[in-house]
Amino acid sequence: MSATRQLNGPRVAGATTNRRTGPSGWMVAPALGFFLVFAIIPLVVALYLSFTRWDAITDPAWVGFDNWASVLVDPVTIDALVLTIKVIVISWIVQTPISLLLGTWTAGKQRNRAVLAAIFFLPLLLSSAATAIAFKAILDPNFGLSASLGIPFLKQDWLGNQQLVLFVVIFIIAWQFVPFHTLLFQGGVRQIPASLYEAAEIDGAGTVKQFFNITLPQLRYTLVTSSTLMIIGSLTYFDVIFVLTGGVPSAGTRILPILMYVTGFSASQFGQASVMAIILAVIGLAIALLLTKLSGFAKMDSQQEGL
Amino acid sequence: MTLRTSTRSRTRLAAVALGVTALMLGATACSSGGGAPAGSATLWGLTGTDEDTVLGPSLKDWNGANADSQVAATYFQNDAYKTKIRTAVGAGSAPTIIYSWAGGTLNSYVDAGKVADITSETADAKGKFLESVWNQGVVNDKVYAVPMNATTPIMFYYNKDVLDAAGVAVPTTFDEIVDAIPKLKAAGVAPFSLAGASKWPSLMWEEYLVDRVAGPEAFNKIMAGEADAWSDPGILEANQKIQDLVKAGAFVDGFASVTADSNADVALLYTGKAAMMLQGAWVMTTFKQQAAEFAEKGLGYTTFPAVEGGKGDPSNIVGNPSGYFSISSAASKEQQASAVKYLTEGVFDKGYIDRMVEAGQVPPITGIDDQIASAGGDFGTTVYDLTKNAKNFQMSWDQALPPAQATALLTNLDQLFNLQITPQEFSDNMNKTIGQ
Repeated sequence: MSATRQLNGPRVAGATTNRRTGPSGWMVAPALGFFLVFAIIPLVVALYLSFTRWDAITDPAWVGFDNWASVLVDPVTIDALVLTIKVIVISWIVQTPISLLLGTWTAGKQRNRAVLAAIFFLPLLLSSAATAIAFKAILDPNFGLSASLGIPFLKQDWLGNQQLVLFVVIFIIAWQFVPFHTLLFQGGVRQIPASLYEAAEIDGAGTVKQFFNITLPQLRYTLVTSSTLMIIGSLTYFDVIFVLTGGVPSAGTRILPILMYVTGFSASQFGQASVMAIILAVIGLAIALLLTKLSGFAKMDSQQEGL
Repeated sequence: MTLRTSTRSRTRLAAVALGVTALMLGATACSSGGGAPAGSATLWGLTGTDEDTVLGPSLKDWNGANADSQVAATYFQNDAYKTKIRTAVGAGSAPTIIYSWAGGTLNSYVDAGKVADITSETADAKGKFLESVWNQGVVNDKVYAVPMNATTPIMFYYNKDVLDAAGVAVPTTFDEIVDAIPKLKAAGVAPFSLAGASKWPSLMWEEYLVDRVAGPEAFNKIMAGEADAWSDPGILEANQKIQDLVKAGAFVDGFASVTADSNADVALLYTGKAAMMLQGAWVMTTFKQQAAEFAEKGLGYTTFPAVEGGKGDPSNIVGNPSGYFSISSAASKEQQASAVKYLTEGVFDKGYIDRMVEAGQVPPITGIDDQIASAGGDFGTTVYDLTKNAKNFQMSWDQALPPAQATALLTNLDQLFNLQITPQEFSDNMNKTIGQ
């Protein structure tokens, strides 16, 4: 779109402004204001704090790169980073196929599917803290699910066993967020023109072939959106783990955002916590950019050319 | 979509953005200011018992009778308060009366000059408090905080019926605990309930065992910041005892998944699935609410057993001596005067004490034995006598230590209980935190 007003040309009062197309630049001001106050300024402050020693009570003291050096070589940070990546990858592998299939299935017009879709949607309506508290009760080895159902196998040390607890967390995250991604895919599938399926049917393609040759390629951008949300979401995942571990996460659940909170708000080492915050922000930005670049999302081509 | 605008309107855009920012900052700055009239003191307290039975009624009486020194209170939920007060004190926007658990937090306020020295103002009030509780508010021989609510030591609870059924007497020594474990397991119950998932209940075992084995000196060295203080042989021995207990199955199966905030540990005891439990005096309320009959008849309570050959006096107790009030040095002279008046005349006046005792709480005040015995019952008397007769009342380590060390302590203790690190590794890890 081109603006009609000359960049440095003489201004003609009245007439030229009316000829401008598109909304006024002023309309971006409130959003810009919020972004500046709640994103840019805190980020700059965090960057400054990352070079200081600060306990929130005395004034910050400049320490140069000390925090960066100590955080980057600390095995606890490295472990947290590795664990964060594990959560991202496993969460994606678990959630994507389930929500893709559920989304495709619920996109059908049958009434029973509509009812089930509404039921699937329920976990999304619960707050994360409530979800975590409920699961804590369910997983209790003495009064939880194993005791009520009388199934000894379910009596595991779910939260104490460091190998097990990661999968417990990933399961709860999936339980909570699969409905959301299902909804995305359901919407995506319903956008696909029926004529594509009719044509495929005439050509003799079965349900499975239709799924792989029509549904999946048509859902490409939905998949990118869903994956971006999933990955960035996992990167900053916090509430369920925090509530589940009573605010003192053990090695098996100490992902970077949790470590950042504990370092800052429990241990009052805001300088080191700020370093972690900056690392998280940079990783998040890099992943988001990479995803849009790799997928060609920014180009936004139509997938329905020729229809 | 690209939106091209002239340089001039771009400048204006920036101006608008700045204006919006300034407005928002202005709005937040305003909202943090107190709404109380000048001269009246402000106070931040905790919701729950403190608000309902202690501060709420007390301040209502106080403000009615003292028009010249009003105190306006705002109440917060526990965890929210902890984060909020720290930033408020740091930013100089703290209330006149600052609530804390003393310990490491109070020390950092004193170091930063954020709280006022009230030694001379409180000299007359000092006499009515139990000395071990009062002393927690003293830093560098000066008084910076005064007690304001109940004293809650860590108690050794047991289920009388479960112990009887297994033919086990209430342990009075550590060896008796060790002997009781196989008998109770053979009877099909867990010897001890423990909310390991919440971490801080595990700390109670550490605190008592270190005290009984090595005496209070071991932890005093840590507080003094002595190098390698965590390698004290007594601490190593206590931690070995903890791991021996874990290996012997002293704690309920899956204790690392049991949480205290859902009261699952308390439930294990009153449902008879566990025989004994180490928990704070505050869980008595939960017993009364969830299992009134058991609390009356089936529940026994005493102090932690002695350790044979240990240096610690068996009368020593650990736990939360009290909550404390300090006065912000950033408050105006008039506000400070009102606050001093309330802390010395209003807090723990007769009505204040009466209401607490009636609610089953134990005020850290001398000479109220009869009152406790008549209104607080056997449990109140036990808690009061333990506190009164304690040679040493050790504040919970996670409150006493500076925040960074307290956080590392809970993490390492969790690993110690889960047998992921040895007592030696625990000491090595903790030694690194000294001086942080």
